Amino acid sequence: MSDAAGSRLAIETSGLGKSFGRQRAVDDLDLSVPRGSVFGFLGPNGSGKTTTIRMLLGLAAATSGEIRMLGEPMPTALRSVLPRVGALVEGPAIYPFLSGRANLLRLDSADRHASSRTRRARVGAALDRVGLSHASEKRAHAYSLGMKQRLGIANALLRPRELLILDEPSNGLDPQGTREVRNLIRSLAEEGTTVFVSSHLLSEIEQLCSHVAVMSAGRLVAQGTLDELRRGATRLTVTTPDVEDARRVLTELRLEIEPAASDGAVAAALTDVLPETVTAALVAAGVRVRGIAVAGETLEERFVALTGEGFDVAG
Amino acid sequence: MSQAESGRPLALLSSELVTLFRRRRTLAMLGALALVPILIAIAVRVTTAGNSGRGPAFIGEITQNGLFVAFTALTVSIPLFLPLTVGVVAGDTIAGEANLGTLRYLLIAPAGRVRLLVVKFVAAGIFAIAATLVIVLAGVAIGAALFPIRPVTLLSGDTIGAGDFAIRSALLVGYVSLSLLGLTAIGLFISTLTTVPVGAMAATIVLAAASQIADALPQLSAIHPWLFTHNWLGFADLLRNPISWDNYGQNALLQLGYIVVFGALAFGRFSTKDILS
Ligand SMILES: Nc1ncnc2c1ncn2[C@@H]1O[C@H](COP(=O)(O)OP(=O)(O)OP(=O)(O)O)[C@@H](O)[C@H]1O
Ligand SMILES: [Mg+2]
Repeated sequence: MSDAAGSRLAIETSGLGKSFGRQRAVDDLDLSVPRGSVFGFLGPNGSGKTTTIRMLLGLAAATSGEIRMLGEPMPTALRSVLPRVGALVEGPAIYPFLSGRANLLRLDSADRHASSRTRRARVGAALDRVGLSHASEKRAHAYSLGMKQRLGIANALLRPRELLILDEPSNGLDPQGTREVRNLIRSLAEEGTTVFVSSHLLSEIEQLCSHVAVMSAGRLVAQGTLDELRRGATRLTVTTPDVEDARRVLTELRLEIEPAASDGAVAAALTDVLPETVTAALVAAGVRVRGIAVAGETLEERFVALTGEGFDVAG
Repeated sequence: MSQAESGRPLALLSSELVTLFRRRRTLAMLGALALVPILIAIAVRVTTAGNSGRGPAFIGEITQNGLFVAFTALTVSIPLFLPLTVGVVAGDTIAGEANLGTLRYLLIAPAGRVRLLVVKFVAAGIFAIAATLVIVLAGVAIGAALFPIRPVTLLSGDTIGAGDFAIRSALLVGYVSLSLLGLTAIGLFISTLTTVPVGAMAATIVLAAASQIADALPQLSAIHPWLFTHNWLGFADLLRNPISWDNYGQNALLQLGYIVVFGALAFGRFSTKDILS
């Protein structure tokens, strides 16, 4: 272990970038994933999440920037870092002609530090943990989507890990499976494992994560604790006949007024101003207030605000 | 990480071998190779036209001595069947894992890129030995079943007993599988270039054919000694007394050269490759 920051952060990147030809798949990414956190990594399709994870794990070389993982530089310290990291990258991968159990035995024997003596027991425990024990002797080509997904998660859990990197772990899982994964992540986090999880299921992320980062078109557009991200998103709506006066008051309070509010209403994002301060200021200015509403945005609304409404993926 | 907690050093290799040899495709290829001597023996037995003086080397001796089935089958398999099966296994090494996506999980285990390459090469080399061995063993078995077994008369006219025959057969298996290692290294390199295993297999097999064609063109005689297929059929010296080792040594050096060059190329490509599958 090196410097103090290294021991506080499980993943730290600075200026991380990856180009595919002329396309910047990841651009100038500064991630800080605190140890012990459950860190949600969000972003629309094609925003660079998987590419980032590939660079973290040394599968792809960064075009620019630096990575530290568990306090050590990557990919320089790959051999000592990766045994402490479990990962699911871009979905599970299986040998279709091997049974689920044989798949895990093979991948475990690839890790030269994994004890051969305990291999069978560890594989059995991992299968148990994802609920695959009864299907473990079945050839993996006969596995359903969710069973393959569970096998991929079991592979990440073959050894006790300090850090888990899970790329869309709930993909294809049934409701029970999704809930099990949620419980699994919670219990691992309680044991002290840092969990870095990318997902499109924002309700899952909202229930699970202590920290969140949001990517859009290869760039980081937000990063912080879940509360920080949502606090920035509280929205105040004032209904009034005196729209112009209300606008002036809110502007004086340094609130950013949303351009597209409906007739007879003014809306603004509440950042560090309390709602009662706004009310007092409006009354003091003689604005006739018909109604005032403060609403926390859902993570989904915040996500769309950060990454745009457009459905088309950025090219 | 405590140093005491550690796997067996050859865990990955044994896992690779188990995975390779339990696979139905591998067993089918070995089965097909075993059919070569069986078909030859049956054909000779049924027609008893072995002495017409035509056909592959040794085929005329089979009716006299069943042990020659193995030699005939080997001679028949070297130009096509053996490179075909070796090309399939060697071309699949890295590209097959990349295609399944398991390559990324092996690498983050972490298997180590160099270690994985070495293990893949060794396993493919062991397959080449197994393939040759299957032909010889099946040949001896079917030969003994269908024809008389006598002391073998060598090309130099000497006669050897069963013990000496076993040693020479082992040397022969060694020679033929050694001959295939250069091709294995080429297949390994091609396999690092793509995520489509069938492409790597086809390219490897095509190269083996092209090299043999070049070896047959007198206009290219200058490069003949450098072709990895050049010594493929040069094992007759092992069937003389005393054994002449010149060709064996020359072939070993040549194959080693191919292993070094294509091993280095595979390493150069694979050690920095982005794994995006
Ligand atoms: N092998 C590749 N070659 C070229 N471009 C690639 C390659 N892999 C990814 N990209 C590009 O990089 C960008 C980011 O892709 P990435 O897979 O990281 O997205 P993602 O955030 O994981 O998306 P999703 O939510 O769909 O999984 C995309 O625009 C994609 O087209
Ligand atoms: Mg992805």
